[in-house]
Amino acid sequence: MITQLTVHALVEQFRRGAATPSAAARAYLDRIAAVDPSVRAYITVTPERALAAAAAADARWRAGRPLSPIDGVPIAVKDLLCTKGVRTTCGSRILEHFVPPYDATVIERLEAAGTVLLGKTNMDEFAMGSSTEHSAFFATRNPWDLARVPGGSSGGSGAAVAADLAAAALGSDTGGSIRQPAAFTGTVGLKPTYGRVSRYGLVAFASSLDQIGPFAKDVIDAALVLRVIAGRDPLDSTSADVPAPDFVAELGRPIAGLRLGVPREYFVEGMDPEVEASVREAIEVLKRVGGRAEPISLPTTDYALAAYYLIAPAEASSNLARYDGVKYGSRVAGARDVIDMYSKTRARGFGPEVKRRIMLGTYALSAGYYAAYYGKAQKVRTLVRRDFDAAFARVDVIVAPTTPNLPFKHGEKEDPLAMYLNDVLTIPVNLAGLPGISVRCGFSLAGLPIGLQFIGRPFDEATLLRAAHAYEQATSWQTRRPPLP
Amino acid sequence: MGGRIETREVEQVARLARLELSAEETQRMREQLDRILGYIDKLRRLDTEGVPPTSHAVPMVNVMREDEPRPCLPSQEMLANAPDRSGDFFRVPRIIED
Repeated sequence: MITQLTVHALVEQFRRGAATPSAAARAYLDRIAAVDPSVRAYITVTPERALAAAAAADARWRAGRPLSPIDGVPIAVKDLLCTKGVRTTCGSRILEHFVPPYDATVIERLEAAGTVLLGKTNMDEFAMGSSTEHSAFFATRNPWDLARVPGGSSGGSGAAVAADLAAAALGSDTGGSIRQPAAFTGTVGLKPTYGRVSRYGLVAFASSLDQIGPFAKDVIDAALVLRVIAGRDPLDSTSADVPAPDFVAELGRPIAGLRLGVPREYFVEGMDPEVEASVREAIEVLKRVGGRAEPISLPTTDYALAAYYLIAPAEASSNLARYDGVKYGSRVAGARDVIDMYSKTRARGFGPEVKRRIMLGTYALSAGYYAAYYGKAQKVRTLVRRDFDAAFARVDVIVAPTTPNLPFKHGEKEDPLAMYLNDVLTIPVNLAGLPGISVRCGFSLAGLPIGLQFIGRPFDEATLLRAAHAYEQATSWQTRRPPLP
Repeated sequence: MGGRIETREVEQVARLARLELSAEETQRMREQLDRILGYIDKLRRLDTEGVPPTSHAVPMVNVMREDEPRPCLPSQEMLANAPDRSGDFFRVPRIIED
């Protein structure tokens, strides 16, 4: 089946004339129609747009002049990336009918590379959540076990790639929202260095933490997509003027002698023994292919989650002030005055988790609490970064679990704090602005995927991807497929 | 457990955040925030004396560009998502009293 191919295998078929972008787009659209009613990865599917883009790609491949190494590849994007003329809901009632008048920079770059947009994927409302159950519309299901969550907040993108409903996808990661669903869906999920990819047109959650990155079927595919979306953008002043190397060309280099740090604090009390066993075994595999593993300590790890749950909600409370029922979004009618209109509109437009974060952030920033909460959290952030700086003086890449637990069942984590604790191993990376990737490293006895996380130095995605690729090449986990038609 | 945040504080924060909460929502919010703040309290145990704050992972100074005009989005497209408009304006409920 053409929908099972990796991006690089699919493009090889385009090159040889064995398949066309139109055939690939049709196969994916047919599969979405057949399988997505049970997975529910997509909020919006864009068949006309996809087929038109694919037909244009057909002509380019026929002429032997593709726009890029991923020309004609069918891709899905998380529904918080603005797409001109295509509804962008952020998983929220308040943006249910919002049609952006412009494209996010990453969308422009994907289109300039010739890719085919299949549609917009489901997510926790405003990217706040770890299960995709906080979508205002519906919950997405894990393709490996439909009774379980795909992780979140980019659960739709992870599920789409795992279920062969897209060749690759984009998500966003503020505290783990790419890596955690990648672990839960057995896909490759890459969170680039803060500043590597432009955030222009990404609906903001926590601006100092948000970063866009790819979901893919393997590490080569993630590298191919990163190459296209990376780079400085004058429309995002935080995008870095750092050249993006040819990440794919770097992958072939062996990892002999690469120093791998194993942080003892990431093997937390209460973690699932099957997760721990798989990750320990993965480290042995990395040693067999030449990596030199050594224990390291990241002593502030235990405090990172608490700091994050002040910093991210504080930034969110400010960013989400824009949803006031004036310029876009829904508005509640019959208000007494403008303040009443704002308060009623926001009360009806936001779901419970978004309200909780806005309240927490407003509280942390309010007079009398600022120093004790927000100010303190910013100092802890410095300590988290210093931990990593000290570690990277000794090692080249850090290897750890992505999540302490296996995918959980729908409705299992009703308590907000229990849900937050899911991100304990992914959050430090966002606070420090580092690149991180999750790759499949095994399965539980019940057949649920397990994620291995690599963490790299700032702007050293090349080494990160090389280590992840070496691991992938040394194992055969990639061949297993979810139990779907 | 309890006592980190009081009901009247929740009401005050909701007013600041422009969120209308029902009495029931206010109580539930108080309980949930109390639990979350209870977890966050662990930060007190960490000595941060003399540690500078980090607001951004990547050190950054002002990013400047040439002050040159460039085309902006057409006003009709910018108004197209407005829930209420009047001509080329966003319409809102009356703000200034008579």
